[in-house]
Amino acid sequence: MSRSWAFASNYFIYSAMAVYTLAFLAHAVETAWAVKVPNDTTKTLDYKRTEKVARVATAMMILGFILLFAGVITRGVSAGRVPWGNMYEFSITGALAFTGAYLGALRKYDLRWLGLLVSISVLLTLGTAVTVLYVPSAPLVPALKSPWLVIHVSTAIISGGVFLLANVIAAAYLYLDKMESKGERTAWAKRLPSLELLDQLSYRLVAFVFPLWTFSVIAGAIWAESAWGRYWGWDPKETWAFITWVAYAAYLHARVTIGWRGRRAAWLCLFAGSTFLFNYVYVNIWGTGKHTYSGL
Amino acid sequence: MSQQTELPELDSIGLLRYTWRQLTSMRTALILLLMLGVASIPGSLVPQRTQNPIQVGQYFKDSPELARWMDRFYLFDVYGSPWFSAIYILLFISLIGCVLPRTIEHFHAARAFPPATPKNLSRMEHHSTWAANGTELDVARAWFKSKRFRVLEKDGSISAEKGFTRETGNLFFHLALILILLGISFSSLFGMRGEAIINVGERFVNTPTSYDTLNYGKLYKDANLPAFMLTVDKFDAQYNLKTSAPEDYTLNVSLLRDGKTVVEEKVIKVNSPMTIGSTRIYLQANGYSPVVTVRDSKGDVAFQGPVPFLPQDANLRSIGAIKVPDADPQIGFVGSFVPTYVRDANGGGATSAFPKALDPRLLLAAWAGDLGLDSGVPQSVYRIDTSKMLQVGLKSLKPGESFEYPGGSIKFEGYIQWVNLNFVADPGKKFALLGGIVAILGLLASLFTRRRRIWIRVGSQVEVAGLAKNGAPGLDVEMEQFVRMLKGEK
Repeated sequence: MSRSWAFASNYFIYSAMAVYTLAFLAHAVETAWAVKVPNDTTKTLDYKRTEKVARVATAMMILGFILLFAGVITRGVSAGRVPWGNMYEFSITGALAFTGAYLGALRKYDLRWLGLLVSISVLLTLGTAVTVLYVPSAPLVPALKSPWLVIHVSTAIISGGVFLLANVIAAAYLYLDKMESKGERTAWAKRLPSLELLDQLSYRLVAFVFPLWTFSVIAGAIWAESAWGRYWGWDPKETWAFITWVAYAAYLHARVTIGWRGRRAAWLCLFAGSTFLFNYVYVNIWGTGKHTYSGL
Repeated sequence: MSQQTELPELDSIGLLRYTWRQLTSMRTALILLLMLGVASIPGSLVPQRTQNPIQVGQYFKDSPELARWMDRFYLFDVYGSPWFSAIYILLFISLIGCVLPRTIEHFHAARAFPPATPKNLSRMEHHSTWAANGTELDVARAWFKSKRFRVLEKDGSISAEKGFTRETGNLFFHLALILILLGISFSSLFGMRGEAIINVGERFVNTPTSYDTLNYGKLYKDANLPAFMLTVDKFDAQYNLKTSAPEDYTLNVSLLRDGKTVVEEKVIKVNSPMTIGSTRIYLQANGYSPVVTVRDSKGDVAFQGPVPFLPQDANLRSIGAIKVPDADPQIGFVGSFVPTYVRDANGGGATSAFPKALDPRLLLAAWAGDLGLDSGVPQSVYRIDTSKMLQVGLKSLKPGESFEYPGGSIKFEGYIQWVNLNFVADPGKKFALLGGIVAILGLLASLFTRRRRIWIRVGSQVEVAGLAKNGAPGLDVEMEQFVRMLKGEK
């Protein structure tokens, strides 16, 4: 029974990867086709000709999200628990949260230009997950058997997804800023939003998710108190969660109180996001401490 | 910049005031905050004494010179080090110096009326004007009231302000951080933390000598230990048959508290510790204690009982030492216990295939000579210093079997399980928790409230304008709504 659920989960994940590949191709075609060369000197962008492809790309992103969602759920069913017990499961859920954040933001902002980046990052994450991180579905060790698993890990994954989205946008800001300082944006980049909007967007994402990250850290502390006998022990994972928190707190202060904008704020945002990534990759794989469970 | 010209005349009070102003400036606070983040990094890369004393010892063994230098900079005790403490204490002083004046200011501001409507509204943002019909002021007043703006009405104009929660939340957030720090300090003064390994069937009396390790807070005394006695009745571990991973641990204990005559039956599990007053008891680890009987050459019992062995891997292959100082010459056994015996595929030695005791073996090397117990150097109970001893035998035993070596015999009677319990008194944690909750609520309030002012002046023309603090978004939508309503449109 549980084995067939685990197989179903794998099929869903592989199908989702196929669909994300299509989404990536559609976004790539969209960007390439939109470039129009009316005469030999100037390039312009005409998105009317690629509207259909863009719609296909977004539809593929939604389908990929649904398949990935099914993959995550069946993975949970196969193990008889929430699917957040090891790094493979964190990765597939993180990819789900990341696409979810993108699709959610797409309803409000015109973010389709980001689709290319989102689809390729999700593909890379899932690719790493199925090749390097895959472990068979199994029940949890006693320390993980707690309702706090759902609360602590889900909020951490959502926070991570949104932090990384803010990072992608901050990186786009820095790239376009450099391009603009040399002159005009090249044709394909003209469709990307203004620097001001990118700057605002990455800030809003961070401001929106910072309380959730704070909550996740505190929920983890409450859980650690009942599982390990102390709510804070400077375990490597805890330390890096704290560093991430401090870095984003500094980012928010720099923006709101001192009034940092633009390049400096984007660099600080990238720094804070990289502490989160470091925590996820380094501490899970090479780190020691209580957050490293059997395998990955 | 007039400060700079006055600088040479600063007396000591002036200097203090200058330092204080620098310390409580936002820039300093931000630098300290980033420094705190950077300062916590080494503690996650270098093993810490509080978490991993064995690995720290390994550093000292591998490169003593380097380790000594690292120790001089507190790299093995980063989070208790003077330089780490200095950063967070300065940060919190800076925080207090910043937050307290702002709290007082905010308290006054929150009770004051909003400033009067500016003379020239056309210079403000979101300005619009149209011909008045006379009712606008009443409509505006009702609208402000329903939206709970604070208003000042004067000479045919209303100045309305909203969003004080932003600063309130902000202040509560920072005050909550101070509360968390107070909670942590409170625990380090009045808290306690101890560990004990107890064999199943044995009794633990809560006195200092019963503990294997015991650390008191600076103001915690022996007399503060609550009086109780607990007996470990039963320990049950469930393992996954395929992966050997533990699935469930259940510990049954009988508890006798001070002043009670009835013994209470309690269950301790990994995520549900037992609470006695302000002390909580956690199940942290478990393992096996082989039970042995050692006899001398005459057949008299020199040692008898269970000896806790330390697990080395997920299948609970355990190592330990049995020391018999009363034998002549002294006898020591370096042993390893495997709960489910298999031959190691690569090494040829014995190892364990499963953590449950399905086919237990005790593998012993017997040593005779001087155990070195009187040398004054503290020794591990799990190891023997064999430098002044001679190996006299090597044997693998099943339960019930005996091994005779020159000078005596040892019988492997069987095994029992042991549990490692953590005893923790952390009286400050409720303050830290309260601080955590208030911090989140304060954050939500401060990040999701927009502070803004709206003005309206009615003469022959209606004039409205608005101002959003910190460039908060959304005022344009609100102003549109306000204007539509004033014009009687829906």
